[in-house]
Amino acid sequence: MSTTTTPTPAPKVNRIGLNVIDYRGGKTTLCAGCGHNAISERIIDAMFEMGVKPERVAKLSGIGCSSKTPAYFMSRSHSFNSVHGRMPSVATGAILANRDLHAIGVSGDGDTASIGMGQFVHLMRRNLPMIYIIEDNGVYGLTKGQFSATADLGSKLKTGVINDLPPVDTCALAISLGATFVGRSFSGDKKQLHSMLKAAIAHRGTVMLDVISPCVTFNDHDGSTKSYKYMKDHEEPIQDISFVPSFEDITVEYDPGTTVEVTMHDGSSLRLRKLEDSFDPTDRIKAVQRLSEAHAKGEVLTGVFYINTQTPSFVDLLNMTDKPLATLPESVTRPSREVLEQVMEELR
Amino acid sequence: MASTDVVPRHASNEAEPNRIVNNMSLQVATVNGSGSQSSNTVLLRSIFQMGIPVSGKNLFPSNIAGLPTWYTIRANKHGYIARKKEIDFLVAMNPETAQEDVLSLTAGAAALYDEPLNLSSLRSDLTFYSVPFDKLVAPVCPEAKLRKLVKNMIYVGVVARLLEIDMAEVEKAIRKQFAKKVKAANLNLAAVQAGYDYAVANLPKRDPYYVQRMDKTQGKIIIDGNSAGALGSMFAGVTFVSWYPITPSSSLPEATIEYMKRFRVGADGKATFAIVQAEDELAAVGMVIGAGWAGARSMTATAGPGISLMSEFSGLAYYAEVPGVIWNIQRVGPSTGLPTRTAQCDILSTAFLSHGDTKHILLIPSSPGECFSMAQDAFELAEQFQTLVFIMSDLDLGMNNWMSEPFAYPDKPIKRGKVLGKEDLDRLGGFARYKDVDGDGIGYRTLPGTDHPAAAYFTRGSGHNEKAQYSERADDFERNMERLNRKFETARSFVPRPEVSGSGAKIGIIAYGTSHWAITESRDQLRDEYKIETDYLRLRAYPFTREVHDFIKQHERVYVVEQNRDAQMLSLLKLDVESTLVPRLRSIAHIHGLPLDARSVTDELMTMEGK
Repeated sequence: MSTTTTPTPAPKVNRIGLNVIDYRGGKTTLCAGCGHNAISERIIDAMFEMGVKPERVAKLSGIGCSSKTPAYFMSRSHSFNSVHGRMPSVATGAILANRDLHAIGVSGDGDTASIGMGQFVHLMRRNLPMIYIIEDNGVYGLTKGQFSATADLGSKLKTGVINDLPPVDTCALAISLGATFVGRSFSGDKKQLHSMLKAAIAHRGTVMLDVISPCVTFNDHDGSTKSYKYMKDHEEPIQDISFVPSFEDITVEYDPGTTVEVTMHDGSSLRLRKLEDSFDPTDRIKAVQRLSEAHAKGEVLTGVFYINTQTPSFVDLLNMTDKPLATLPESVTRPSREVLEQVMEELR
Repeated sequence: MASTDVVPRHASNEAEPNRIVNNMSLQVATVNGSGSQSSNTVLLRSIFQMGIPVSGKNLFPSNIAGLPTWYTIRANKHGYIARKKEIDFLVAMNPETAQEDVLSLTAGAAALYDEPLNLSSLRSDLTFYSVPFDKLVAPVCPEAKLRKLVKNMIYVGVVARLLEIDMAEVEKAIRKQFAKKVKAANLNLAAVQAGYDYAVANLPKRDPYYVQRMDKTQGKIIIDGNSAGALGSMFAGVTFVSWYPITPSSSLPEATIEYMKRFRVGADGKATFAIVQAEDELAAVGMVIGAGWAGARSMTATAGPGISLMSEFSGLAYYAEVPGVIWNIQRVGPSTGLPTRTAQCDILSTAFLSHGDTKHILLIPSSPGECFSMAQDAFELAEQFQTLVFIMSDLDLGMNNWMSEPFAYPDKPIKRGKVLGKEDLDRLGGFARYKDVDGDGIGYRTLPGTDHPAAAYFTRGSGHNEKAQYSERADDFERNMERLNRKFETARSFVPRPEVSGSGAKIGIIAYGTSHWAITESRDQLRDEYKIETDYLRLRAYPFTREVHDFIKQHERVYVVEQNRDAQMLSLLKLDVESTLVPRLRSIAHIHGLPLDARSVTDELMTMEGK
C-alpha cells in the first residue's frame, strides 16, 4: 500500500517510440543551480513518460528568466515568448485556434502576480485547458533582484531591504477564481513535482502550479523565504502524491481512508495519500482556508490543494467543432452565395 | 453654424412657396433613450423605399438616457449623402435643446414642435407646426409607460403628411422594423396614423419641402459599416474573434456574433469559430495574436483608447510576424473626450503603433461596401504578409445607416499565405522561418501542431536569426530589419489601389474614408458655383501605392482633406513622397466630432485658393 517507492527508471523509449532526447531543448543560459533548470528537466521527464507527442505541444511564456525556459526544453514543440505578463491571452488564442494542442505556459512571479495579474485571473476563471507554471522565486531576476509580489512579509533582499507588504498567494487566488487543478511544489522536490506534472498533463482544464524555484543569484541568502535552505526547513507537503497513467497496467492497493484517488479525464489516476487527516482537495472553500492558515503559521504548504475534474473547460463551453479552427477548409468557413443573397434581401 | 453658408430662401409667409423636391435635410431632436431611433429608422426607410437617395446620421451623447440626441436624415435627388450643414426641417421634441435648435435654423426652414414648447414666438422667418403629442398619444396607447416611446411615432405620421411620404411605405418600414412583433407594429402604426390624421385636419402645408418618388434606390440595401464589416469578416472565413466593448466598435463584434450564430454553425450544431469577450484590449489583441500564430483567421475591433492599449502587442506581432486583423472604428479621443463623435484621428498612431521601428498596413474603407470587401482584403494581406492589418473605419461609417449596392460574393478563393505543412517539410527536410527565400521579404511559417519533427520554431519578438534562433548579433538584427522593410515595400503592390477621378485639372484633392462623401459634393459645388475643376484621389491604403506619388506629381496644388486637427495623413504623405513634391501639399483638416460636410471643404479650399 505504500506509495512512497521511488519511481521505476524510465524506459529508453516511450509509448510513442520516442527517446527522452526527443524532448530536450537548447542549452540553458540561466545561472548554474537555478531552480528553473530543474523544473525544465521535470517537464521533459513528465512529457516523455506520458508519451505526449512533442509536435502537439505549444509552449508559451511571458517575459523574465522563467519565460526564457521554454527554449530549454522540447525543441520539437512550437514556442511563443510573448510580452510581459500577457502570455495568458496568447495562450487563449492559440488553444482556441487549435484545440488539439497541449499547451504549457511558463511564467514567473513577477510576470504573473504583478504585471500579469489581470490576465492571470481571467485565465483562471475561464478554466482554459492548459498547464500554467509559475516559477516562483520572489524576485525579478533579469532586472537584478527587486522584490516581486509573491515575496513574503519580512523577507530580506541581499541589499538588506525588508519586504513590508503581504504576498499574493497565487494558489489561493487560482482556486477561488475557478482553476480546476491547483498545487504548489518546490523545484528541489523532484518526486512530488514529477508526479504533479504528469497528473497535470492528464487534466483537462486549467492546471495552475506554483513552483518555488530559488534564485541562486538574488534570493538564496539568509533572510530570504524562497531559498533552498528555507524551503528545506519549511516545506510542508500536505499529501504524498503518486500518479498512475492510464496506459500503465499497474494496480497499487491503497487505503481509501487515508488516500484520495482522483480519476483524471484520460482515465489516469492521481493518488493523494493524506499527510493531514482533515484536508480534502476537492473542497474549494477549505483549500483556500488551509492556505490562509499556512500563511499565518509560516508554513510553505505544498501538494495538490484543489482538483475538480467535472467542470467543463473553456473549449468545451464554446461548443466548437472537433477539428482545429486553424485549418478548417474554405468550404466550412465561407458561407454560400445563397447565404449572402439571403442577408442582402433582408437588408433591402 | 454660420448663416452666410446658405443661399437665402423665400420667407415662409409666402402663400405658395416654391416646391423644393427631394433636396432637404430633416433633423429630429429628442432625448437619448426615448426610443426615437425606431421612429427615425422608419422615416429613413420610407424615403429610401420611395427610391430617393437618403442618408441618416445619429448624433448621440455618451449616455444611456436623458441627454440630448439629434438624428439627421438627408434626402437628395443628386445622391449627395454627406452631412449637410443646414437643417431644412426640424422636429423639436426635446425641451432642453428646443430653443437653441430653433435659433440655429436658417431662414425659411420649417420647425415642427411639441405644443407645450411654444416655440413659434421665437422667430418670424420660419414655418412652425405645433402638435399636441401628449393629447394624441393617449388614445392610441392606453399603456401609460409605453407612451414615451410611442409618442415619437406620432411625428413620423405628421412628417409623412407634410413631406408627402407615402403612408404605404411607412407601414412597410414599420413592419420591417418590428419584424416579428406584430403587436408592437400595430401599436406604432396607430400612432403614425394619429399623427397623419392630425396633420390632415390641422396643419395646412406652408413650407416648401417635399419628397417625390424616384427610382434611384432600386435593389440597394441599407446597412451600417460595422454590420458590413462583420459580414465581410464572416465571408472572409474568420475563425477567431476577441473583443472588448468600446464605442463605436462594439456593434461590429456583436453583429459578427449574430451572423456567425446563424451561418457558421454546422449541421452537427457545432461552431466553426470561437468568439471571446476579453478582459481588456491588451488581452483582446493578445488573443488575436495567439490565434493568428496558431493559424486561425483572427480579428478584434476597437477604437482609439483600445488601440493605445494594443500598442505593445502590435509591435511584437510586427517583429514576430504574426497575422491578425484589427478594426479601428475611429472616434474623437481620449476616453473621456467625445467617445460618441466621429473622427479620422488615429492615422499616425496606428500606422506606427508600438515601440521600435514599426509600421503597419492600413486599409481605409469609405462605405459599407468597402467594409465588406476590405475585411476580405485584410485577412488575405495579413496572412500573405504575416502581419497585423488595421482597417481604419470611423464612427460615422461604423454606426450610421448607409445606402449601398448589395455586396458581391467573394470572387477569389481564400489563400492562407506561405504556410508549410507536413508534406512540404517531408520534401524540404526543414525550413528557416525568417529566411527571405522568394526575395519579397516574406518567410515561410509553420503552424503549431504540424506533424513533423522539423516543423517547430521558436517565436519571439527580440533578436533572432533566419532560423528563429535567439541572437543579439548586430548583423543578424540589421538583416532582419532590412527584410521587414522589404516586406513592407512589397505590400505597396498588393494593398487596395486608390480611386482616381477627373483628368487634367491643376488642383488635386486627396481624401479618404468617410470624407469621400463631402468631397464628391464639394467638387460639384466648386464646378457649379466657381467654375473650378478638380481631380480627386481617394486613398484606400497605407503604404501608399505608386498612383499616389503620380497624382501629386501631376498636380500643382494638392489639398489633403481629413477629419483631424494635425493633418495626420498629410504628415504621412510628407514622409513618403519626394521632398520636391512636399510644397504642393496643402491641408484642409477639420475636427469637431461631426461628419465632414461639403460646404466647409468648398469654403476652405476657395479661401486657400485666394478667392
